[in-house]
Amino acid sequence: MTTAELIGADPGWLITVKALLVFVVCVVLTLMSVWGERRLVGRMQQRPGPNRVGPFGLVQALADGVKLALKEDLIPAAADKIVFVIAPIISATTCFMSFAVIPITGPVTLFGHKTAMQLTDLPVGVLYVLAIASVGVYGIILAGWSSGSTYPLLGGLRSSAQVISYEIAMGLSLVSVFIYAGSMSTSDIVAAQTSWWYGVVLFPSFAIYAISMVGETNRAPFDLAEAEGELVGGFHTEYSSLKFALFFLAEYVNIIAVSALATTLFLGGYHAPPFLGFTENWLGGWFTAIWFFSKVLVFFFVFVWLRGTLPRLRYDQFMQFGWKVLIPVSILWILVVATLRVLSLQGAPRLVVVAFASAVVFLIMAVNIGFENAKKKKLEAIVDNADAPSFSLPQLPVALTSINVSNNKEGVDRG
Amino acid sequence: MSQTTKKESTVAEIEPLKNSERDLTKVEFSQVDQPGSVGLLGHLKGFWITFSTIFKKPETVEYPEVKAPTQERFHGRHQLNRHPDGLEKCIGCELCAWACPADAIYVEGADNTEENRMSPGERYGKVYQINYLRCVFCGLCIEACPTRALTMTNEYELADDSRAKLIFEKDDLLGPLRAGMLMPPHPMYPDMTDTNYYKGDVTQAHPSQDVNK
Repeated sequence: MTTAELIGADPGWLITVKALLVFVVCVVLTLMSVWGERRLVGRMQQRPGPNRVGPFGLVQALADGVKLALKEDLIPAAADKIVFVIAPIISATTCFMSFAVIPITGPVTLFGHKTAMQLTDLPVGVLYVLAIASVGVYGIILAGWSSGSTYPLLGGLRSSAQVISYEIAMGLSLVSVFIYAGSMSTSDIVAAQTSWWYGVVLFPSFAIYAISMVGETNRAPFDLAEAEGELVGGFHTEYSSLKFALFFLAEYVNIIAVSALATTLFLGGYHAPPFLGFTENWLGGWFTAIWFFSKVLVFFFVFVWLRGTLPRLRYDQFMQFGWKVLIPVSILWILVVATLRVLSLQGAPRLVVVAFASAVVFLIMAVNIGFENAKKKKLEAIVDNADAPSFSLPQLPVALTSINVSNNKEGVDRG
Repeated sequence: MSQTTKKESTVAEIEPLKNSERDLTKVEFSQVDQPGSVGLLGHLKGFWITFSTIFKKPETVEYPEVKAPTQERFHGRHQLNRHPDGLEKCIGCELCAWACPADAIYVEGADNTEENRMSPGERYGKVYQINYLRCVFCGLCIEACPTRALTMTNEYELADDSRAKLIFEKDDLLGPLRAGMLMPPHPMYPDMTDTNYYKGDVTQAHPSQDVNK
């Protein structure tokens, strides 16, 4: 019996319980991850992080939430009031919705009912997640636009441009998973990874997804939309109190959602790591949830690690990286994967498959060498031209020890 | 005479080049190290630094509970000192107030009398105020003080919730009465002048000074 059939038989009350559980798990994970992030970033900077509210500062995020809720709720005079209120609601609801198709456990028994911890199983589950993420962009752009002030508008535009560009790379990186799994349903994709995780088999896809999910969630080093030093707070500059709390919640739930999707598509979802398959039956199958959440937490740790290590990218470099590197690379990778898949499905001999793969590798190496040579030539050309500039220059980014500036006409009376 | 010749020779050595003597057509550049490509391992180095720092002991101090001692000569709150018999050192000269670049000190001096003697000598500081909203803790007042009456402590917790509370009066600034000291006003040590006080001849109060008993 597939997961779709298994959870298709769920009675109404069980679906309600599951929906509630998803919501609670997301909120609790958000609170814990806010605390965990601040502690971890603190340790990375050799300070303890929040440690005063409750044991180890565990209640810090909750205290912050209460404080936010008690703050004055301002709506700027220039704001479009209805849209201003709707925007954070769109952001906060959409981020929860993507969790509906994430399989958290394998088959388990809940209140005497055989089911799996997955709210629903769509045949196009992953596309649904991408679609929901795109709707979430409306929250950001509407918030920026309706605030009626410049910084939020710029932040909102930046943010939506960023999310849309990185969603393309993200969607393309998923195509090779679809090709290999033969399905877009999340539970089928997990089931297809019993022997090999796609994170290993389709490593380039995994890498592209991992990069673009950071861009997609507006997180450091791609947090240009909320660049404190440049745009004050980005799209949520004018927001306060609970509305701001909703954006904050949305950001963290989004991080968890993309991590959960990455776990599902590339790290075998709720499956145990290799050689630990026997643990999947522990606690009546509930132990798989532990594997799932530990994988999600590993992703979350990487998010925090990135934030603690890398400086923010410049906007043009960031867009250039998205459009000129990630998207072309993922398209080429899809070509390669599709060809390999067709070859193996049509029963081509192993030799042909290996030959094709090595041909691709050689092609990439050749292109890379050609690219490096061109770069070297360009640099040499700069050195050749730098012999006699008509004016004095500071050090060029090439190795020079002296420049002749004899044709400098005005330079004689320089002290 | 020998001094002047020596001076002449140094001048000849360091005489600057005139612009006309300089070769402006040749500009020397020192080679700048360009980092260039750092490679994959170079990029991962930063990640290793942040990761390994997680397991290091934090450099911070749990402040309100643990107070790390300041440097010995830290400029903290001021203190008005006393002579060893308890008389005040301040003579109300206002030099600290004049030295203060932030105009944070207000002093009013008054004459000592036989019935009301606060310090040895003629005058004492009747009103002494330091406004800690203005004070920049530069220590110029301490340098200006001719009697070492004004010094600085290492106390740095000076926050409060009103402007009035941050104007410290003489009572707030005066140092405590230590062993052998008597609370002024009281007469000077018998057979001692103010000069003896500054020489350090007075080491503690004499029983005859205890007139408030």
